[in-house]
Amino acid sequence: MQRRGPGAIASLMNIALIVLLPFIGAILPPLMIRAGRAICTTVTACTTLTSLALLLVQAPAVFRGEVPSARWEWLPQLGLDASFRIDGLAFLFAFLILFIGLLIILYARHYLSREDPVGRFFAFLLLFQGAMLGIVLSGNLLLLLVFWELTTLSSFLLIGYWRHLPEGRQGARMALAVTGLGGLALIGGVLLLGQIAGSFDLETVLAQGEAIKASPLYLPALVLVLLGAFTKSAQFPFHFWLPHAMAAPTPVSAYLHSATMVKAGIFLLARLWPAMAGTDAWFLAVSLTGLLTMGIAAWIALFKDDLKALLAFSTVSHLGLVTMLLGMGTKLAAMAGIFHIINHASFKAGLFMSAGIVDHETGTRDIRRLGGLAHVMPITATLAILATLSMAGIPPFNGFISKEMMLEEAAHTVYAGNDWLFPVLATLAALFSVAYSARFLFHGFLGETRGPLPSKPHDPPAGMWLPVAVLVALVVAIGLFPEQLAGGLVDVATAAVTGAPAPAYELALWHGVTPSLLMSGVAVAGGLVLLALYRPANNLREATPRPEAKRLFDGLIRVSVAAAAQLSDRLQNGSLQRYLAIMLVAAIAVGAVAFAGGVHLPGDRPIQPVTSTAVVLWVLLAGASLGALLLHRNRLMTLILTSLVGLVVSLAFLGLSAPDLALTQISVEVVTTILMLLALNLLPKETPRESGAGQRSRDLGIAVLAGAGVAAAAFAVMTRGFETISDFHLAQAKPGGGGTNVVNVILVDFRGYDTFGEIIVLGIAALAIFALLDRNLRGAAARRIATIGRVTESMDAHPLILVVATRVLLPLMLMVAAFIFLRGHNQPGGGFIAGLVAAIAFILQYVASGFAWARDRAHYDHHSMIGFGVLVAGLTGVAAWIFGQPFLTSAFTHVHLPLIGDVEIASAMAFDLGVFVTVLGVVVLALANLSRIQSLAQPEPVPAGPMDIVLEPPAGGETVETSASTVTAAGGRQ
Amino acid sequence: MEFLVASAIGILTATGVYLLLRGRTFPVVVGLSFLTYGVNVFLFAMGRLTLDAPPIIDEAAASYTDPLPQALVLTAIVISFGMTALLVVLALRGYLERGSDRVALGAAEEGAET
Repeated sequence: MQRRGPGAIASLMNIALIVLLPFIGAILPPLMIRAGRAICTTVTACTTLTSLALLLVQAPAVFRGEVPSARWEWLPQLGLDASFRIDGLAFLFAFLILFIGLLIILYARHYLSREDPVGRFFAFLLLFQGAMLGIVLSGNLLLLLVFWELTTLSSFLLIGYWRHLPEGRQGARMALAVTGLGGLALIGGVLLLGQIAGSFDLETVLAQGEAIKASPLYLPALVLVLLGAFTKSAQFPFHFWLPHAMAAPTPVSAYLHSATMVKAGIFLLARLWPAMAGTDAWFLAVSLTGLLTMGIAAWIALFKDDLKALLAFSTVSHLGLVTMLLGMGTKLAAMAGIFHIINHASFKAGLFMSAGIVDHETGTRDIRRLGGLAHVMPITATLAILATLSMAGIPPFNGFISKEMMLEEAAHTVYAGNDWLFPVLATLAALFSVAYSARFLFHGFLGETRGPLPSKPHDPPAGMWLPVAVLVALVVAIGLFPEQLAGGLVDVATAAVTGAPAPAYELALWHGVTPSLLMSGVAVAGGLVLLALYRPANNLREATPRPEAKRLFDGLIRVSVAAAAQLSDRLQNGSLQRYLAIMLVAAIAVGAVAFAGGVHLPGDRPIQPVTSTAVVLWVLLAGASLGALLLHRNRLMTLILTSLVGLVVSLAFLGLSAPDLALTQISVEVVTTILMLLALNLLPKETPRESGAGQRSRDLGIAVLAGAGVAAAAFAVMTRGFETISDFHLAQAKPGGGGTNVVNVILVDFRGYDTFGEIIVLGIAALAIFALLDRNLRGAAARRIATIGRVTESMDAHPLILVVATRVLLPLMLMVAAFIFLRGHNQPGGGFIAGLVAAIAFILQYVASGFAWARDRAHYDHHSMIGFGVLVAGLTGVAAWIFGQPFLTSAFTHVHLPLIGDVEIASAMAFDLGVFVTVLGVVVLALANLSRIQSLAQPEPVPAGPMDIVLEPPAGGETVETSASTVTAAGGRQ
Repeated sequence: MEFLVASAIGILTATGVYLLLRGRTFPVVVGLSFLTYGVNVFLFAMGRLTLDAPPIIDEAAASYTDPLPQALVLTAIVISFGMTALLVVLALRGYLERGSDRVALGAAEEGAET
């Protein structure tokens, strides 16, 4: 492990940008798509190209064996750093991701049809690219986890890109479920690793390989990490999700399943190789899983008729090959694995793209209908044939060399004392590979055209075959000159994997007559024979029972959904009474347990004297509550008793040195009562007796226990002394906050931030009320409201006395509100109370003269009032920033006004103004909308004027109103 | 005095809880109002009871009661108004939509009128 060189420190930001650029660039395609697909593609490609350039700048350092890295502390408490490092392995993967990504972008531009939203596609692709780069360049295991989950999410979006196709959605869900589950396991594994190593820093963890392998937590950590890697890389028995992910557009398949997503699991195995590989457990688990996957997937691939499905299982098989090599634990095997990663990425991406071209041009991917494509699309066929030969492991292509290395390793592998298992199975898997490759070749591209094709095929535009050509050129070139072209990269990557210099091994086509060459020969010959016997082999396979993974998976999902549904149905049966009873009983039980362990004596704080008023109020409260209990089925009576209780509570506040609370309570009481009356007008007036005696006594029991518990707790607290934290508030109210009403100063100054939040909540509640009382009630609600019969009431819709009185009261109450508001900072009052009082004044006009009349005279929109109030309060807080103070710091000064005297102007007053306006808007909005609903329900015509009696002969609506206001004004003067 | 206040809190809570457990929306809303009274007074009482010592700074005053619980309860009263209003309107809309004011989901449609 090399430390960072001096040159690398200068390019800290550039290293991080390699990862971050795709994320930043992901915003661009959806915006640039308006400028056309070509521009959009160019922008996307430029993003990737820039990242690639930044990566290549680091190449000389990486090839010298240095590790350019950049690190910032992010959450040091968790051991999470934003740390990126580029060693050989990271460089190799990052290069594959960016280089193949670039080709895919070019290809996708021509592949996607006019109807496909290309901007979204490129945005998803860049997100995925960034996440993949994050995995491979992370220098911190926790950071790696974050990017790991990001690849799961972004690949879900990519696989499900064609959201109108059910297979696309199902495939995406399955991939998400399987890889997401593996991601959870990986989190556990990484946390265990960090626990053992004492750090999540990659270099630290890798350096402690011996300690990790000796730890008792090694085995659980290994199992969890392998679960994560195997699900991601579709290893047996998790291989089933990958073929279903083929419902994605071909560029996605080509990208995710050749070079990136599925290689993430393999990358993880390689990354943690120094920390975890080399033990028996690692060897037994990883190499055997790889071997089985390689063989089984190759066998299945042979019988797939869909070109992409065949390639998908082939991918699984090749991933198994690399996994097996990494599992063997020898340096040479690791080197072979690294080399095969390069080779597989090059030929498989090319083959996926070729399959996409065939699909695009012929309209089908079914091998049984294809054939003879070499005649009609020679360029595509030539490229595909070359890549297929590499996949089959035929010299002189690159796939041959790494396959030879694999066979050579397998030939010497002794598994649990068994020296024939690996060589035989590996040869068999190679044989199947040859067979499915040959089928792909002979049945797809050579021979004669079989069936009529949906459309007449020809070679696609150059934009589609050029990316394939680039890859195939690599396939051939690396095959011919492996050491010169890939040797250096393989060496540095292998060194990074093994944590030691790469073994001296020359990548070459010819190593003499070795066991591997013989095994290769057997595989090629056997594969061709197997293809010749394709029909009987297929019949044999059809005849043998085999588990259908998708059905098993769907069944598993169905069972867990059913179990979850049953559980939640049992817990949530839709009865609010039941939920509340359970919660209350639980609360009582918790309280009882605490009570049992506590002291049961009253405290020693001096008791306050009982006044006669207090006794009267207590009797009133107890009587009203008892009445509400007994008479609760008569709803109007309940409401009256509730208001009585509210009145008593506000008087109690007054007696207990809380004048502000008394004022607030009494005004809220008025508003609430009007509100409840309005609602009750439309609701049933009686509550039927429904619950039986048993339930009622049960509820009464709960109620008494709850009441007794709360009362005991209150009594216990009140009789004990305490340390107040309010001394600061009392001391600082005048000098610091500029007011003598400490409660108000706390509200608008010390804890202004809370108040700010509260008026926002109030505003949201009012808007929700507005939404619930939609202006255009439709359906059942509209029908029901039209048929609600009104009980016989007073025949006066707008009684004269009430109208006159409310008109007189309006200016008076507004003046009182202003008074309460202005003095609020020093005497009981303030924005909350003033807002309520003003709201009552306005609401009374609605009460007296009806909704329509009052609405026509309301000059201010209540929504805007709420917004304005919150805005004023917020801006007051922001203004403090201008003076370099924290949010909502207040300032005040004293101004001497003639007649009124010394007036204090505090910035807190502006804040209080915001509170005032918000409260006013909220209350009026809520009540006015309720009364609007009432007006919908009124069956008989309601007089349009302000009162029932028309005072002058109606010459027009205006005259009536003018006369009314004249009377009001006159009444006011008397 | 402490006993009176504590028992009043208990009465309010008990009434509130009983009404909360009824099966129709209106008693539930009223029950919540009762519970709100009880909770507000309880919170207020956490500053202990003091007679004739309002938290208004005055040179003649010998002592003040604790202002902080008062400030908290003041906003609680206003917020509980917002909550009550929202609940009432929710109950009303639910009644208009379903023709029943039961709080249980399953039992809703029995008394529905068409």
